[in-house]
Amino acid sequence: MFRIKTPLDEATARSLRAGDQVLISGTILTGRDAAHKRMVETLRAGGELPVELRDQIIYYVGPCPARPGKVIGSAGPTTSGRMDAYAPLLIREKGLRGMIGKGGRSPEVIRAMQEACAVYFLAIGGAGVLLARHIKKATVVAYEDLGPEAIYCLEVEEFPVIVGIDCHGNDLYTIGRAKYRHTPGCCMKA
Amino acid sequence: MREINAREITATVARLCIEACSVMGPDWWQAMAAAQAREEAPLGRDILLQLQENARLAARTGEPICQDTGVAVVFVELGQEVHVTAGNLYDAINAGVRQGYTEGYLRKSVVDDPLLRKNTGDNTPAIIHTEIVEGEHLKITVAPKGAGSENMSGVKMLKPADGVAGIKKYVLQVVEEAGGNPCPPIVAGVGIGGNLEKAPYLAKKALLRPLGQRHPLSHVAALEEELLAAINATGIGPQGLGGRVTALDVHIEIYPTHIASLPVAVNLQCHAARHATAIL
Repeated sequence: MFRIKTPLDEATARSLRAGDQVLISGTILTGRDAAHKRMVETLRAGGELPVELRDQIIYYVGPCPARPGKVIGSAGPTTSGRMDAYAPLLIREKGLRGMIGKGGRSPEVIRAMQEACAVYFLAIGGAGVLLARHIKKATVVAYEDLGPEAIYCLEVEEFPVIVGIDCHGNDLYTIGRAKYRHTPGCCMKA
Repeated sequence: MREINAREITATVARLCIEACSVMGPDWWQAMAAAQAREEAPLGRDILLQLQENARLAARTGEPICQDTGVAVVFVELGQEVHVTAGNLYDAINAGVRQGYTEGYLRKSVVDDPLLRKNTGDNTPAIIHTEIVEGEHLKITVAPKGAGSENMSGVKMLKPADGVAGIKKYVLQVVEEAGGNPCPPIVAGVGIGGNLEKAPYLAKKALLRPLGQRHPLSHVAALEEELLAAINATGIGPQGLGGRVTALDVHIEIYPTHIASLPVAVNLQCHAARHATAIL
């Protein structure tokens, strides 16, 4: 088990390997479909982002509303593939160092991660209650009008993730699946 | 003729929305325990444990198991002797969804227009399927459906010559392409027959059947078993990170079809196989 603190520097990112279990403490940003679309459109139009991404980690999440007395509602990861169209620009141009989500990534994203040394972490999809317990504070920092899709700054304590794809191009999805795969068609009668 | 007040329908739907999002059924706990015993991958076993722990916490606190509390898919079985008073059925259901998603602190995930994409703010409208049946009861099932698994689903118009082999190939293709995205261990709902819109409806409805329960027709039940074994041989595993348990179950529903058609729909369901039912 590795413990890391944000911001995530290049040396730490480089030391992580696919399959490592990691506990993240510090602050992370949230962002999903609508926020990514707006960030990338802003950059392409020559504008500035409302948040600093260098050495930061973005968590792909759209949490449930907080109940009274709670910091946040259930807060598990959303499918990362929908952010694939936007992630390479943020990694290459803005120094984004880490992403937390679920599901595989495109070859373009993995290539950008290798070039600029970024890490893709996985949180367990559908474990929203457990994951929310590690979020100690949630503050909207940009795009408030997007509601559950606004960019939040989350203070996290030992937030549990697994390195899904490291900055050397190792992909746990490919490795894990190959390890447990039976010969194709072995269980089919016809 | 029996009268049911729309307010009772609204209150029932509101309760079912909240219950479905935080309480898993006994069949799910049984299926997860069996999965836990069968899984060989250490990481996969750890993930299954955490998912059960998460569900236990959710049931205890009333918090939603997953933050994607989905679109409210509502199946209604309306006895033809029932007369809904003080409002119309669909308005009453939507009012229940509005109330349940607000009072239950559930996420509002519906946009009003697929192109303009502005959030409706109360998770309405629901997607409502109505069947008129004999009798004077009203059965309501709320099945919140998240997008992670819904987006990985599909339908294909096969040729009759493709046969059972073609069906298997397509179901496997959908599951393989989905990989870890739909949050395995999944449940695969498969609709075979009907036409272009009937097959996905069957696939969705198949997801409501209790886990571990086979189709009453033996040749369909055998196909369910065979597909389940084949899906679990893909190696995808819990969360897609490798393992023996990719699916908790496969449920097939069938319907008569055209002599020239063999429609097949696959509706993938994440491990949070949520649904709650009430009979009024």
